[in-house]
Amino acid sequence: MGVLDYLRGFRVTFDKLFEERVTTEYPEEKSPKPDRLHGRHVLNRYEDGMEKCIGCELCAGVCPAKCIYVRGQDNPLDEPVSPGERFGYIYEINYLRCIHCDLCVEACPTQAITETKLFEFSFTNRSDAIYTKDELLVGDDGLPQNLPWEDWRPGEDVATSAWMRATSPAGDADYVGTVGWSGELGYGVRAPEVGQFGEDPEPPAAEVDPVDEGGHH
Amino acid sequence: MSLDHDQTTDARVRERGDSAVLRMSESALAQLGVIDAPAGVAHDLAEDETMFINMGPSHPSTHGVLRLMLELRGEMVVRSKPVIGYLHTGMEKQGEQLSYLQGTTNVTRMDYASPLFNELAFSMAVEELLGLEVPPRATWIRMLLTELNRMSSHLLFMATNGMDLGAVSMMIFGWREREEVLRFFEKVSGLRMNHNFIRPGGVAADLPDGWRDDVLRLLELIPPRLDEYDTLMTGQPIWQERLQGVGVLNTAEALALGVTGPLLRSTGYAWDLRRDMPYLAYDKVEFDVVVGTYGDSFDRYAIRLNEIRESMRIVAQILDQMPKGDYRVQDKKVTPPPRARIDESMEALIHHFKIFTEGFKVPEGEVYAAVESPRGELGCYIVSDGSAHPYRLRIRPPSLINLQCLPYLMQNGLIADAVANISSVDPIMGEVDR
Repeated sequence: MGVLDYLRGFRVTFDKLFEERVTTEYPEEKSPKPDRLHGRHVLNRYEDGMEKCIGCELCAGVCPAKCIYVRGQDNPLDEPVSPGERFGYIYEINYLRCIHCDLCVEACPTQAITETKLFEFSFTNRSDAIYTKDELLVGDDGLPQNLPWEDWRPGEDVATSAWMRATSPAGDADYVGTVGWSGELGYGVRAPEVGQFGEDPEPPAAEVDPVDEGGHH
Repeated sequence: MSLDHDQTTDARVRERGDSAVLRMSESALAQLGVIDAPAGVAHDLAEDETMFINMGPSHPSTHGVLRLMLELRGEMVVRSKPVIGYLHTGMEKQGEQLSYLQGTTNVTRMDYASPLFNELAFSMAVEELLGLEVPPRATWIRMLLTELNRMSSHLLFMATNGMDLGAVSMMIFGWREREEVLRFFEKVSGLRMNHNFIRPGGVAADLPDGWRDDVLRLLELIPPRLDEYDTLMTGQPIWQERLQGVGVLNTAEALALGVTGPLLRSTGYAWDLRRDMPYLAYDKVEFDVVVGTYGDSFDRYAIRLNEIRESMRIVAQILDQMPKGDYRVQDKKVTPPPRARIDESMEALIHHFKIFTEGFKVPEGEVYAAVESPRGELGCYIVSDGSAHPYRLRIRPPSLINLQCLPYLMQNGLIADAVANISSVDPIMGEVDR
């Protein structure tokens, strides 16, 4: 132990001056967001523009933070909102309560509620924090609405629903890499992740094509 | 002002010995006031000779909201008492309201530096009650993620320990490396912390495409950085002098206080649940249990640094052995059906609805499952009354129990070393108070 040991330690810090910077100038420059990120939610629509939500309240039922309020109503006969019998008449998420666990996304049987990659939003009053159906519903182009208090960057709004797709097989290896969801307005039917069997070209012996079982939409 | 444990009833007079012997007491706190002070310190201090200082609850080096009542005699800490409860949010009680399916979102928030361990302990307890066997891929994914989590947690310790003791570069370095691990978690679970990824029955999703490359990148990136830590801290005379011989704990004391994890191992007692009571597939990987010799703050630092290396060794073996197949138990009552089945089968749809609304029922009984978290033995005790919610959920938090040794570590030490002691215990207040 000598003077050199002191200096050697300080040199580690000093050398960093000449290394590449790992930090970014945050608000101007953002690090890439992974596909599965849990951001604020959207209410999706089918490719023909119909709403996916059927007002079943499963999302509200599973929410551990109790931040979702849904009420369903029978579809008007002349102008149905969703293809089913009922549609989500009121849909509200309170983002002061939401913990972004995305159990609602996993629970939704029609893939109506999925997640975007947006987490940079803030409010100046409590009522703004409660997103209503008008704000959550995707626009006519199928993209999430960019609300004034949200910080969207160009191109960020196309990545949605990846957590829904990632959890779709529900742990069943036979369903890895298969599509279990309907098309979305603006995107069509989106491709699944390659999954564990994509890593090696040999498919598993046990894999059964779910289409063979019949009835797969 | 006086400390409320300052009673002299039932006091057992100890024989004179060295300070390490004198500090041994049957209970951590209650008797501290009556233990004879070691030689060199007057036994019957007059009230005006000591000074009481409150450290915390909001103090940069109390790791959240720990409050310490310190009784000082000059620069020396005569007695100390940790006061907890400032972060109490009733999470165990909340756990009784949430179903077993929702429960992981709650427990994951207890020890927020190692959330996956909380989920793992909870899931293992529920699975034991259900009598489920988790598929091999789920087991190995759990192992991969928790070992990476151990790394990120210890890297956070490196950062905060450095920060507490004035090594500000270390703070930035530790966070830089931890961020790399968290970035991987974000890719896997969609969240940097509080993942809700390990669920009763398996894991929520498969590993994302390209995970192997990400993990390999981590395994390449971190070892040279750890070598930098060695140069910056381990071999640095300033660092050694600041930590060596500070806050000495011996094995008997540690065992008497129920201390586990790196604190216990620093005293030379090799107790690691991964090796001694193997869970997951720890019996199929090779790793060393790192132990210390002196039981001081330096040993506790060195153990954690080397545990990062051991974890990387385990992760490398997991990469080679990761099996393919199901990653969630295929039990219709516990795991929701694959999404593609919802439209095909009425039975699947009903199970889907039932699981997401009322959850799944767990047979009556009680169970305790424990894992080796970065801080020690993290246990989950559940009493089930046969419904879909736990009747009682209890977490054995290693931070809380490790915190009990703090008065021992600090006694007759310098006030300047108090921070080194708190830091080396590495308490996470979210877990202490729950």
